[in-house]
Amino acid sequence: MTVTEDAATLAPAKEVGQPRRRKEDARLITGRTTWTDNMVLNGMLHLAVVRSPVAHARITGVDVSAAQQAPNVVAVLTGRDLAAEQGSIPCAWPVTADMVNPGHPSIAVDQVNHVGEAVAIVVGRTKAAATDAVELVDIDYELLPPVLDMETAVQDGADLVHDELESNTSYHFVFDAGEAGTGVDTEQAFADAEVVVSRRLVQQRLIPAFMEPRSVVVQPQGDNFTMWSATQIPHVLRVMLAMVTGVPEHKLRIIAPDVGGGFGGKLQVNPEEVLALLVARRLGKPVKWTETRSESLMAAHHGRGQVQFIDIASDRQGNVKGLRVRLLADMGAYLRLITPGVPALGAFMFPGIYKFPAYRFECDGVFTNKVPTDAYRGAGRPEATFAIERIMDELAVELDMDPLELRRKNWIGAEEFPFTTVAGLEYDSGDYEQATQKALDLLGYDELRAEQKRRRESNDPVQLGIGFSTFTEMCGLAPSRVLGSLSYGAGGWESASIRMLPTGKVEVVTGSTPHGQGHETAWSQLVADQLGVPFEDVEVLHGDTAVSPRGMDTYGSRSLVVGGTAVVKAAEKVVAKARKVAAHLLEASEDDLEFADGKFSVRGTPGAAVGIQEIALAVFAAHNYPEDVEPSIDAEATFDPVNFSFPHGTHLCAMEVDTDTGMVKIRKYACVDDVGTVVNPLIVEGQIHGGLAQGIAQALYEEAVYDADGNLTTGSFVDYLVPSAADLPHFDTANTVHVAPGNPIGAKGVGEAGCIASTPAVVNAALDAVRHLGVSDILMPLTPERVWRAIHEGGDGGARAAAGTNAYGGAQTESTAGVSTPQSSLGGDR
Amino acid sequence: MTSINVRVDGASYSDDVEPRTLLVHYLREQLGKVGTVVGCDTSNCGACTVHLDGNAVKSCTVFAVQADGSEVTTIEGVGSADALHPVQKAFHEMHGLQCGFCTPGMIMASIDLLQENPSPSETEIREGIEGNLCRCTGYQNIVRAVQQAAGELSGSAGQA
Ligand code: FES
Ligand code: FES
Repeated sequence: MTVTEDAATLAPAKEVGQPRRRKEDARLITGRTTWTDNMVLNGMLHLAVVRSPVAHARITGVDVSAAQQAPNVVAVLTGRDLAAEQGSIPCAWPVTADMVNPGHPSIAVDQVNHVGEAVAIVVGRTKAAATDAVELVDIDYELLPPVLDMETAVQDGADLVHDELESNTSYHFVFDAGEAGTGVDTEQAFADAEVVVSRRLVQQRLIPAFMEPRSVVVQPQGDNFTMWSATQIPHVLRVMLAMVTGVPEHKLRIIAPDVGGGFGGKLQVNPEEVLALLVARRLGKPVKWTETRSESLMAAHHGRGQVQFIDIASDRQGNVKGLRVRLLADMGAYLRLITPGVPALGAFMFPGIYKFPAYRFECDGVFTNKVPTDAYRGAGRPEATFAIERIMDELAVELDMDPLELRRKNWIGAEEFPFTTVAGLEYDSGDYEQATQKALDLLGYDELRAEQKRRRESNDPVQLGIGFSTFTEMCGLAPSRVLGSLSYGAGGWESASIRMLPTGKVEVVTGSTPHGQGHETAWSQLVADQLGVPFEDVEVLHGDTAVSPRGMDTYGSRSLVVGGTAVVKAAEKVVAKARKVAAHLLEASEDDLEFADGKFSVRGTPGAAVGIQEIALAVFAAHNYPEDVEPSIDAEATFDPVNFSFPHGTHLCAMEVDTDTGMVKIRKYACVDDVGTVVNPLIVEGQIHGGLAQGIAQALYEEAVYDADGNLTTGSFVDYLVPSAADLPHFDTANTVHVAPGNPIGAKGVGEAGCIASTPAVVNAALDAVRHLGVSDILMPLTPERVWRAIHEGGDGGARAAAGTNAYGGAQTESTAGVSTPQSSLGGDR
Repeated sequence: MTSINVRVDGASYSDDVEPRTLLVHYLREQLGKVGTVVGCDTSNCGACTVHLDGNAVKSCTVFAVQADGSEVTTIEGVGSADALHPVQKAFHEMHGLQCGFCTPGMIMASIDLLQENPSPSETEIREGIEGNLCRCTGYQNIVRAVQQAAGELSGSAGQA
């Protein structure tokens, strides 16, 4: 027995749950990286894109002769040159049967529909040669009226983005709980309600603003093509490029090397990826295109962009009776990969964590002369969470009720899981009360409420407010059958395989494609536990369609939940295969074998044991293995979830608002998230932090602003305010853990939680600070100007002043702290 | 074309460059020092930060010709896998990076910050790296990393 006890003490600690330092850091902190733009190939040519300076126009003339003559220019190609082969950027999500899709050329042929649309490509021997010649391409435009405002665009007789279409509406998507059988009749619920509160809320356009600009390199080799791209979706990209360009799928290899962030912004089949492939095919030479930041902000897809009309019904006691949502969702000029699906995905999240008996959702997808929208961190769910968490506060004000009490009265109780919502989703697990209690403690809620009271009574120019966001989200995209029922063009499974190398080392191949999430580390932890091998002995391979042939890639907080589960399932198969070999080698019956800590041992026969890493060598040599099996313990698995997972949490923001200047400052931010089992607490906390930064940035800083002509006035990092360290507060974060029942890991997904939850908490906090001054809404982002106007002039702060005026939203050096921060030691010239 | 002589990460280079070539493009395209990256075209992001004669600069704001006769240190020259710089080590230990694209610049800026202010407060750190943008981390773990490195660097300075 002593032996067993010793073994127990010596047994490696479980990897899952450990704050393992990341494997991927070694190359990233030393600059030994493989960003796409680092790639240099012999004879490589460089592409520069000539982009439309106008939002809406017919192309009446293109003269490329001067550019063609320029030194070191190899070719100049226009839309006409590529029209026959470019196809259309695919839209994988026709949300309704009659959705109108005008098609999306990668390069404009006759007409441009947004500023930044590609109209010609210069191919040069150097990047400088190509870029210099862009200026020499002469294009004549016959201007058309730009369609920019959605509420105008849907009026009868409005100017049209695509004049061959009947209207600017792409689709009308409806979810009605009464009709779906998941709720009662919404109109009746509203007719019977004692209280109805209605609001118009605005979700401004945002720009994903991943730090690594998009980049693509294509190498033709005979009839094969290899593409390196800064993409989140090498597998999806391969299928789509094959369909669009006619390059057969098996002749196309896509590699996503180190990728510097995505946030949905690299979940795309980019026009420039199509164009790079077409040019490489035409010229038979390797080509590279890397965008500038200004191109990225202007031409890569944006996110959000909704006008939300929300009605909530309740009785006088605050029991909610119904929810009605009408959206105008900005598609931009074209439909890209999942443009129309983003608001439709959000449709199911508007009821949040509350028990609404009735719910109706309607959404119009509206074309405008702006760059297309598509996925951005949260994709549909931040918009929904914002609306429900804002309207709950508005209802609380109407009822003169504490906003937390109203939430408590209506949220799903811990004992009610699994709970099927009015939107038809089955929420898996959680405890909203527990997370909320913990968050209140973390914030120091009572003291801050007392201080708020004092400031109010003394009429302090700096008022304090506290904002709530008690949220949930649907993660782990997605059950393939559900996606099918939503008319999505693909499944939501994920694939993994495990290769047991002769020396006992392990290669894990995943179809999930990381770009900062730490898959190499987390997957190693999973496999180390499953196979009982050292963490260091595991290598995770990904992001190359030749190495990882099957995959659905990374988005929608799906990697661990779906992709990690595929890895676990593959490991289970490895163990099952190894068990047969172990039984043979140990001359024992399989039923008598125990597998623990990487070793098969024979029950009741001390000392008779063989390690799984030794078995890997045994099947490599293949001198001695059972007759009825193959000499390999490698395995692969594909996992298709049966349900989404539903992380939840309570986010609390305490906000100071200077009523004299309109400056807002986050005094304290506390959140408790339940993301199920935590595989690596370091990575989970990091994901929450990053999400919070982006969600807070939506509330306070970021907005893609177009002027009256359709020019993007926030077209560089001078004007598009990605927050710096000085603009963000310290975050107090914690977790509760309610294991997800839908996967063996028990994880729910964490990538988007912080971003989804934080925005309404911040805005609710600011409003709570100034509501007694008669303010009931302020448009995002809460610039000092808008806050000041809302306090002193009423209304919602108004549209943002145009760039170039003094009123234009705060320069970055005026941080939220309201202090003018000194120039950084780097000559921080923001 | 103008001739320049520079030392980069301890090695000497003599090259002809176009006068308009930015230092970051010289480093990446002529020397293959691709550890240093470009994140913007308006000198806002700090991804390109290197040390020029010991001080942090955004290498997209410096012409290559301005580095003539100078010593440049990039992320590839501050430490190695076996002997990480304390700031590199701290970024790893405190999980101060996710995608890692901002990381070279962030590390170079942080080293510079600690040279000027060996024990910065949280606010001083946040303001000191304000010229470097990170889209992934929300900065909290970067602040922790700089704090940890400050501790380690001042500790070793104390012992020396
Ligand atoms: S690339 Fe130099 S500051 Fe952005
Ligand atoms: S780690 Fe991705 S931008 Fe900083």
